Amino acid sequence: MTPGSFVALSMILFVIGAVGVLVRRNAMVIFMCVELMLNAVNLAFVAFARLHANLDGQVIAFFVMVVAAAEVVVGLAILMAIFRARRSASVDEANLLKY
Amino acid sequence: MSGVLAAGQATSAGASVTFWVLAVISVAAGLGMVLARRAVHCAVLLAVVMLSLAVLYAVAGAPFLAFVQIIVYTGAVLMLFLFVLMIVGVSARDSMRETIAGQRLAAGVAGIGLLVLLSLIVGHAAIGPAAPPSPQYGTNNLRGLATLIFTRYVFPFEVTAALLITAALGAMVLAHRERTTPKPTQRELSQQRVSGAHPSPLPGPGVFARHNAVDFPALLPDGTPAPLSVSPVLARERGSSAAQLPPGGGTGDDEGAAGRPQIAGAEPEEARP
Repeated sequence: MTPGSFVALSMILFVIGAVGVLVRRNAMVIFMCVELMLNAVNLAFVAFARLHANLDGQVIAFFVMVVAAAEVVVGLAILMAIFRARRSASVDEANLLKY
Repeated sequence: MSGVLAAGQATSAGASVTFWVLAVISVAAGLGMVLARRAVHCAVLLAVVMLSLAVLYAVAGAPFLAFVQIIVYTGAVLMLFLFVLMIVGVSARDSMRETIAGQRLAAGVAGIGLLVLLSLIVGHAAIGPAAPPSPQYGTNNLRGLATLIFTRYVFPFEVTAALLITAALGAMVLAHRERTTPKPTQRELSQQRVSGAHPSPLPGPGVFARHNAVDFPALLPDGTPAPLSVSPVLARERGSSAAQLPPGGGTGDDEGAAGRPQIAGAEPEEARP
């Protein structure tokens, strides 16, 4: 169980999140996949902090968590506003600017 | 000395077991999150991923981050997700209809490509064993992090405060809804209440039935199930209880406007395949 295995796990989780963002069309689920990607990156930060015996990586991961929380709050508020206007949470339904 | 070494090896063996178990769990939950059709299932599976990552942080020598992960992510962010899901509609499913032809295939290919690319990068990097544990890890982790945050990273930390306040204000502004109709008075509310077909309260679910679950329709005195006793969302969602409703009895959708307050999640569903 070296830091390398942590990095490999974080890589796999990141790819899963990226595929989820591409495949899913419910905006909520897309948000969750973005959260999964952020978590994967945090895991890589923690692994590298462990690798170098340096706490800077953990501080960065902490800041990533803060920014992710702010992002989720604003994103979900936007989602609610869109839902009120369009009665749908699907990213395909927000097509008023199309054509 | 040998006892200390043996203890160190035992903890590292336990750490590897923890790592592999949690790695399998988190990857499986992540895959399930991408594949699950209901948004609520996705949220719960994401909670599994986040909790296992929290334990992994603790294993990797970041106990503070482990607790922040549980408190902030699992406790706050995911609960926010669930609350908004309840507003936006629990019953919303992803439609399986592809709007862009071949999007899934392209996404799968792109995902495999990204995985190969990242594996090549990680494989080429020489990631050695972890550095010898320094006093910054373990019980002194909090002190070390606090020193860093309040000395070297104090300016980003202050900027974070501004970011959080901006985010909170933005969320309040975005989620705020101006009242466009006058607030109904008590008199109007009482008139609405008795104007429908059901001036009395609707029957509760499960009354005189075999179960008292909320999705189980109550039985009327003549033994027939009362479709009005089940929330339209549940009656539509649960195939079992919908099957027990009499055919043509409806799920209370038409009477719902009169007697039952509209549930926010009862919007028309997306097109099913």
